[in-house]
Amino acid sequence: MKEVVVLSGKGGTGKTSIVGSFAALAKNKVLADCDVDAADLHLLLNPELKDEHDFWSGEVAVIDPEKCTQCGLCQEICRFSAIDNYTVDASSCEGCGFCSRICPPEAITMKERYSGQWFISATRYGPLVHARLGIGQENSGKLVATVRQQAKQLAETQGIDLIISDGPPGIGCPVISSLSGASLALLVTEPTLSGIHDLERVLGVCRHFSVPALVCVNKSDINEENTHHIEKYCLEQGTEIAARIPFDNTVTEAMIHGKPIVEYSHNGVAHHIEKLWEKITGTLAG
Amino acid sequence: MILSVASGKGGTGKTLIATSLALSLKGRGKVQLLDCDVEEPNAHIFLKPVISGSEEVLIPVPHVDENTCTRCGKCAEVCAYHAIAVFGEYVLTFPELCHGCGACSYLCPEKAISEEGRESGIVEWGHSDTIEFAHGRLNIGEAMAPPVIRKVKELAHDNGTIIIDAPPGTSCPVVESVRGSDFCLLVTEPTPFGLNDLELAVETMKELDIPCGIVLNRAGFSDDKVEAYCRKENIPILLTIPLDTEIARLYSRGVTLAEGLPEWREGFVELYGKIWEIVDERSRCPQR
Amino acid sequence: MKIAFSAAGADLDAQVDPRFGRCQYFVIVDTDTMEFEAAPNSGATAGGGAGIAAAQQIAGKGLEAVLTGNCGPNAFDVLKAAGIKVFTGVSGSIKEAIESYKAGKFQSTAQPNVSAHSGMGRGRRKG
Repeated sequence: MKEVVVLSGKGGTGKTSIVGSFAALAKNKVLADCDVDAADLHLLLNPELKDEHDFWSGEVAVIDPEKCTQCGLCQEICRFSAIDNYTVDASSCEGCGFCSRICPPEAITMKERYSGQWFISATRYGPLVHARLGIGQENSGKLVATVRQQAKQLAETQGIDLIISDGPPGIGCPVISSLSGASLALLVTEPTLSGIHDLERVLGVCRHFSVPALVCVNKSDINEENTHHIEKYCLEQGTEIAARIPFDNTVTEAMIHGKPIVEYSHNGVAHHIEKLWEKITGTLAG
Repeated sequence: MILSVASGKGGTGKTLIATSLALSLKGRGKVQLLDCDVEEPNAHIFLKPVISGSEEVLIPVPHVDENTCTRCGKCAEVCAYHAIAVFGEYVLTFPELCHGCGACSYLCPEKAISEEGRESGIVEWGHSDTIEFAHGRLNIGEAMAPPVIRKVKELAHDNGTIIIDAPPGTSCPVVESVRGSDFCLLVTEPTPFGLNDLELAVETMKELDIPCGIVLNRAGFSDDKVEAYCRKENIPILLTIPLDTEIARLYSRGVTLAEGLPEWREGFVELYGKIWEIVDERSRCPQR
Repeated sequence: MKIAFSAAGADLDAQVDPRFGRCQYFVIVDTDTMEFEAAPNSGATAGGGAGIAAAQQIAGKGLEAVLTGNCGPNAFDVLKAAGIKVFTGVSGSIKEAIESYKAGKFQSTAQPNVSAHSGMGRGRRKG
C-alpha cells in the first residue's frame, strides 16, 4: 500500500486545496485529514458522516479537595507548573502521574482524558478519515496516528492501495506522526522567505525519518527571485521540484464554492495540479 | 501587557502582524517580541535581530547508575511514558519518550537515578533596533514543542509590552504560547478555511478565558461570513488589511508593513490603543 | 521451548495480532508440550511507549522468540536486549503459526520492520 502525505512546514501554503484536487484526480484511494488541529479538508469534500468515535488519550491529575491537606508537595514537584492553589490546570498537566504517587493523603487520582473525536465519512471521492482534537489538548500526534491507522484499515478491508493524507503545519509531534513510514511526502511551499525557511526544516524532518520528498512551489510567481532560490536549494539537496503553480484567485474562488480546484475550473492552475498528480503517481510507481 | 498573536489556520499573517505591530510601537515604551512558533520560527526574518545570547533547552532525562540499581522496576512502573524498561538484568532508557517529569529519580528507592539534560531545542535572544527579541527553535526530529516554548516565555520582561507570535492551530503548543496573555489577536482571512479555523481558535481562547479581537487579512475579495460570525459572537474586528499584491510582495521579501508601507504604522498604533482599552476595561470589571 | 505471540484472543485458535505493542493478548506457548498461557497486554492501553511496556511484560518469561505482525524500534530494542528473537510478518491463527515456526518457515528479523507509533489507533465507540 502507498501513502502520500502533503506537508509544508509553514501554514497556509495551499496544502489542503491541493489535496482536495488530488481527491478528485486519484482513482481509488482513502483520504485522511491528519491536520487534526485545524481540519479543513472536509470543507471541500462535503463528507457524509458514517461513524463517529470518541478519542481518549493520556491522563490528567484530579485533586480531591476533601482529602487534600494543602501540604503543597504536588505543587513543588510538578515540573509542568500544572498545580496552583491545590487545583490542577488540565491544560498544563502532562499526565505523568508523579503527583498522584507522592501525595501523602492520596488525594490525587489520574483520570482518563477526553482528547477529541475521529470520524469516518463517505465522500463522492471515496472514504475520508478525519478528526477533531479537543480544544487545547495535547496528544495530537496520537490522534493523527489513529487517523492513519483507521485509513489503513479501511484501505485494507476495501482492497484500496492508496492513501492520500493532508498533513498539519510545523515540524513537531503531529507532523512526525503523519510522516513516519509514509511512502512519499509532497512539500508545498511558497516563494517567501518564511516559506523557504520552513521548507528547509520540514525537508530535514523527512530526511530524519527517511521519507522521500517532492517539492511543489505554490504561488511561484509572487517572487520569482525566491522561487529561483528554492529551485537552487532543492537542486543542491537532490530534491526534485514536481510543480511550480502560479498564483491565481481561482484557488480561493473554488474554496468559497466548496469545490476542489480541478472541478471548479480547467484553466492554468488546475492543469498544473493535474500534472503534479501525474508526477506523484509516477514517483509512487517507480 | 502581554499580547498574543495567534490563528487557527496557518499562513494568515500572524508573524507579519506581530512584527509590524512591534515596529509601529517604537518610541512608545518598552516592547519585546517573543516568537513562540518554535517549530517554524519566522519573526527573525522580518525583524533581523542582532542575537546576543543563546541557551540550549534541556529535558531532564534519567541516567541509571547500574551498580546502585537493584532492578526493582519501580522506575519503569512509575513512568507514564514507558521511557524506562526493566527486565531481568537490564535497565533500558528511551530518552526520546521522556517528558522530564522527574518521577523515576525521585521515587527510586536506591537513589540510583540521576538526571542529565537532553537537548531538544535552543532559545536565542537579542534586539532589533529598540525592540527586545527572543525566539526558540525545536530541533529537527523532536516532537515536543512546549518545553522550548516555556523557555522562550521565561525570557519575558516583567513590564512594558510583550508581543507573542504564537504557532498556528489549537493544540498544546498554542495553549502553552498564549497562556497568561492579557489579550489575543486572532489573524484570519475571509475564506471558508479561515472561518472554520477561526471558530476553533475563538473556542480555544474562550476556554482559556483570554479576550480576543480579530485582524482580518487579505480582505475585500471573498465573502463576508467572517464578519457575520464576529458580529454574532460579539468579537471586535480591530484591523482590516486588504488583499494587495504589494503587501504580498513585501511579505515574500521579509519586509514588515511598518517598514515597507509606513502609512500603516498609524493603523497599528490605533490597533494597540483599542486593545489597551479592552484590556483596561476588563481589568476594572473582571466579573464581566 | 517457549515462544510468545501477539494475539487477538486468549487461546491457540486466536489470530496473530499484527500489532505488537497494542495487541490484545500475549499467548505464550511451550512448543514441546503445546501448553499455553494467555495474558492481556498491559501495553494495549498505554498512553505512550506501548511497545516498551508490552516487551517488558514478556521479556522476563524465558522466551526464545516472539512472533508478531509488526514490531517497532523501541519494543525491538527491549526484546533484543533480553536475547529474544523477533519474527515479524506472522499472520493467521496461532496454531498454524506454531506449525510454520516448527517447520522453520520464518526468518528472524534483524531490525524493526515498522516505525514507532504504527500500531496506534483504537478509538472507543461512542455511546
